[in-house]
Formats: sequence, C-alpha cells, structure tokens
Amino acid sequence: MTSTESLIDRRQLSYIAAQAADARLNVELETEGMTLNIGPQHPATHGTLRIIARLDGEQVVWAEPSCGYMHRGYEKLTEVRTYPQVTALVNRIDWLGSFANEVPFILAAEKLMEIEAPPRAQWIRTILFELSRIANVSLFLGDLGVQLGAITPVFMAFRDREYVLNLIEGATGGRFHPNFDRIGGLKEDLPAGFIDETRVVMKKLRNFCDEMENLLFGNEIFQSRTRGIGVIPKDVAMQYGLSGANLRASGVDWDLRRDQTLPMAWNKVDWKVWTHPDGDSFARCWVRLQEVRESTLIVDQLLDNIPSGPVMAKVPRIIKVPEGEAWVSTENPLGEMGYYVVSKGDLGPFRTKIRSASFNNISIVPWVLKGVYVPDIITILASLYFILGDIDR
Amino acid sequence: MGLVDRGRLPKPLNSLLNLGRSYSLWVYQWGLACCAIEMGAAFGSPRYDVMRLGVIPLPASPRQADLVVISGTVTDKMAPAVKRLYEQMPEPKYVISMGSCANCGGPYWDSYSVTKGVDQIIPVDVYVPGCPPRPEALLEGVVLLQQRIRNEDMGARWRGEGSKPIIVGDASKSASSGASKKGVARVD
Repeated sequence: MTSTESLIDRRQLSYIAAQAADARLNVELETEGMTLNIGPQHPATHGTLRIIARLDGEQVVWAEPSCGYMHRGYEKLTEVRTYPQVTALVNRIDWLGSFANEVPFILAAEKLMEIEAPPRAQWIRTILFELSRIANVSLFLGDLGVQLGAITPVFMAFRDREYVLNLIEGATGGRFHPNFDRIGGLKEDLPAGFIDETRVVMKKLRNFCDEMENLLFGNEIFQSRTRGIGVIPKDVAMQYGLSGANLRASGVDWDLRRDQTLPMAWNKVDWKVWTHPDGDSFARCWVRLQEVRESTLIVDQLLDNIPSGPVMAKVPRIIKVPEGEAWVSTENPLGEMGYYVVSKGDLGPFRTKIRSASFNNISIVPWVLKGVYVPDIITILASLYFILGDIDR
Repeated sequence: MGLVDRGRLPKPLNSLLNLGRSYSLWVYQWGLACCAIEMGAAFGSPRYDVMRLGVIPLPASPRQADLVVISGTVTDKMAPAVKRLYEQMPEPKYVISMGSCANCGGPYWDSYSVTKGVDQIIPVDVYVPGCPPRPEALLEGVVLLQQRIRNEDMGARWRGEGSKPIIVGDASKSASSGASKKGVARVD
C-alpha cells in the first residue's frame, strides 16, 4: 500500500511542479486573465450545468459550478403528493437509473410502517436496481468517449443499453421511468421469459464491457488524457462528501450495498467492491467499468436462486404512514442517495429531504478544477459523472 | 432569395425547395432533462437512426440549425436561455416540443420553479407527448414536420398564416396535418 501511495504522491508532486512552472511563465509574460463561461447548454456538459472559470492563459485559476437550471422543486412537491404518487416523481431525479431512485424512498416509508416486502419482491427489486445501474453506467462509458472526441463508444453504449431498457420495459412497462415499486412490494411479478432473456443480455453486456476496455481504456490517447488528471486524494474526497465510484476511485473501500443491512438481496450473493488507488480521472472511469461488469454478475447470481412467493405484502388500501422520521440511503449508480422522510400520519410526507449523490459530487469541482488546463475541464467533469436532475433536484 | 422570402417562387421550384428543406433539417439538440436521453437514443443510437430520415443532428450552434428539439423541463431559470437560443436561429425555423414537461409542465404542473410549457416563450410546431416519449414518437414528430414542410407555402408562412401545431398521436389531427391550411391562424 505504501508503494502505491508514494506513487500517487510522486505523480501529484510532478503534476503540481509542472503547473507551478507554467504559472511562473505566465507571471513573467504578464498574461491577462479572462472569464470563460461554459454552459448552461453546452455539448460537453451532458445537461444544463454552467461552469464559470477564470483563466490565466490556458489554466484555470478559479472555477465554480452554477446550479439550479434544472431545479424542479422535488422536496416541496413531495409534500403535496401521497406516498404512492411520490415514486412517480422521484423516478425523474436521476433519470438514467430511475428505478434505483424509488427504492430508498419506498424503504424509508416501509421502515416507518414497520412492514417488509416479501423475499421475492426484495430479489426482484435488487435485480431491477442493478439493471438500472447497468443502463446508467453503460451510457456513461459511451458518453465518456464523446467528451474526449471519440464518437464510436456512444453508439455501442446506446446499442447495448437498449437491451437492458427492453428488459426493464418488459418487467415494468416503462423504458426508464418504471414507477414499479410499491410500499410493501412490487406492482407485478416478473413476466414469463424474463429470466432467460436477462441471462442472454447480461452476457451481451459483459461483451460490451470487454469491448469498452479494449477500445477506450486501452487507448493511448484516452490514457494520456485521463491518467494523472484531476487527482482527488483520499482525505479530500472524504472531506467533500463524495460517494459512489468517485470515492472508491480514490481508494476508499466504501459501498453501501455491502456495508448496510437493508431488506435487499445484495448480501445473499458473492460480489466484490472495486477500488482504485490513484484517484484520477482514469481511476473513476475504470471503477465504473468494473462495476458494470460486477452488476451483471450480481444479476446472474440473483436469477439463479430467486425465491418463489408473493411480491406484495399485506398493505392497507389507503396508505397512511404513521408518525415518525426515517432515513434510508442506498448505493445508487451515482453514489449515496438517501431520503429523510418526516411523517405526521397523513397520506403524504410532511417533509422530505433528498440527499442526492451528484450534488455532493460536484461540490469538489472548484477544488479539483484549480490549476488544470481548459481541455481537462471537460475530462474531469465527465469522469466525475453527474446528472443534472440529481444535482438540482 | 428575395423571391423565396416573398413566397413568389414558381410552383415547381417551390416544391423542389421544400423537398430539399424537408430532407436536410439540421436539428439542434436542446437537451434539458430525461427526454434528452430519449432524444439521444433517437438521434445518436444505431437502433433509431435519425439520419436515414434526412435529419442531421450535428450542429453545435443554434445559428446553423433549422429545427430545435426542446426536450425536457424548462425551468424559470432556463427560460431566458431558451428564448435567446430561439432568437439566434435563422429563419425559417421549427420547434419540436418533446415530452410533457416542455408541452405543459408535466409532472411538475404545480412546481414553483418550472415553466408550464415552452409554448409560453417560443412558438411550437410539433408537440410530442409522453413522459418521456419513446424515440419512435419523436421520429414520428420529425416525419410529420417534414410532411408539413414539403407542402408549405413560404408566402403564407411569412405573412404569419401558418397552420396549427401538430400533436403526435392525435388521430383526428395528424391525418390532415400534412396539408397546410391556408387562412387558419397560427396558434402560438
């Protein structure tokens, strides 16, 4: 471990030294500063994030993200919706992995009502959760290529993502806003043929991961544009509250799927939490790629021994959640996503606090963009992987 | 171009021009929210390849675009940028409003920060309903718009005598939407 740490130190030191040399040069030349505005609509910021960067020559002196262009007021809207209606809203927070958004809210409501979904429902929830993770992160892998100027990966990602979306659509009826989770279980059981079809698709997705690994991660240009760029050390990542793959890429072995005991099926199967010691852009992308592969393995194992039984517990027709407060968070595709639900015994929540992963993940942007070159802004933002709905809610 | 502007082109030339315009639509992807992903699937994926319809989803600037797809929730903070984008596009320009949020606010109909429909800011030619619409629905909207462009009378367009907006999936309207109706006031 010490050798890898010293390696990172050396890499960082050399990077900082190179930047300091450049900065001295700029002082000598007395170059004027300028302010560069990226966004709110820009082809490279998948979404409507606006970055204001003050430049000195080609280097960023100061950068700040300007959020709020996609603020839709979820926390306020949950107060005027009933519990079953809220899932339709929270689907749309992280729109790429939408089923994963429903789960923590439903689990929080179930915690307050003191009911637990039957085992089959828990397993199907976990399967759909992992499928939405695959759909989410596979698009990230394709998008990553676009940010670096490679067009091919995005076609491959869209091609293979469609298979996963077809599965989700077959089971839930929605391509990526399923609204399938109910308090006490699921809306319906799996359709006939789902299990066999999923096995085939998981094999395709593993092929896709291999393709990406060869095409993108083995590419020399890709490596030189991501290795050693945007290094986030372990302690800084912890201080800024990063979560998910961004944290794991900085060498922190932290995964809520493993570390928590939730009524889900993750602890029933064998899988591995991938980490990377480097903390640079490459590490973040690499960890995500491994996670897609790991997710396909999780789904395969879950399909092998899925229990039989009902998919819905006994729940009253009109759901009133008893008074109380509950916090549930899960490891969503982008990181830790949690809901703090305050109930006063009504049909809907009294107050909901939504902790979404991307908001915390981009809080590090001012720190990590300091001193980088302008083209690296795009690489670093792409590797941090945020979704605007998840930032602004 | 003066003849084109005033709509006094001879009929064969006019239809030739319209044919050319309908099959070389440069579309600017104004991706805002969830619908942007379905738009990406329609425009950028090998399954729903939009280029086979003669639509080119490549321009990096609204100044090069004929058509803009507003896909997703337009918030009050974003609305000025949408308006400015529309003003930057050269005439003749078309707008597809994709998804319930852009059409009318959608699931955020009672939200304090969402603009309830992009048609409050800019005129819309095609509404694609759905939350989000399937990529096929967006392609249907593109095809219906192409039909309209092919039969369009530029003179009527410049005089502001457009036709009603197309609503994808509305059986009563989509049958007759291909022909432009002269004298019908444009509903903006």
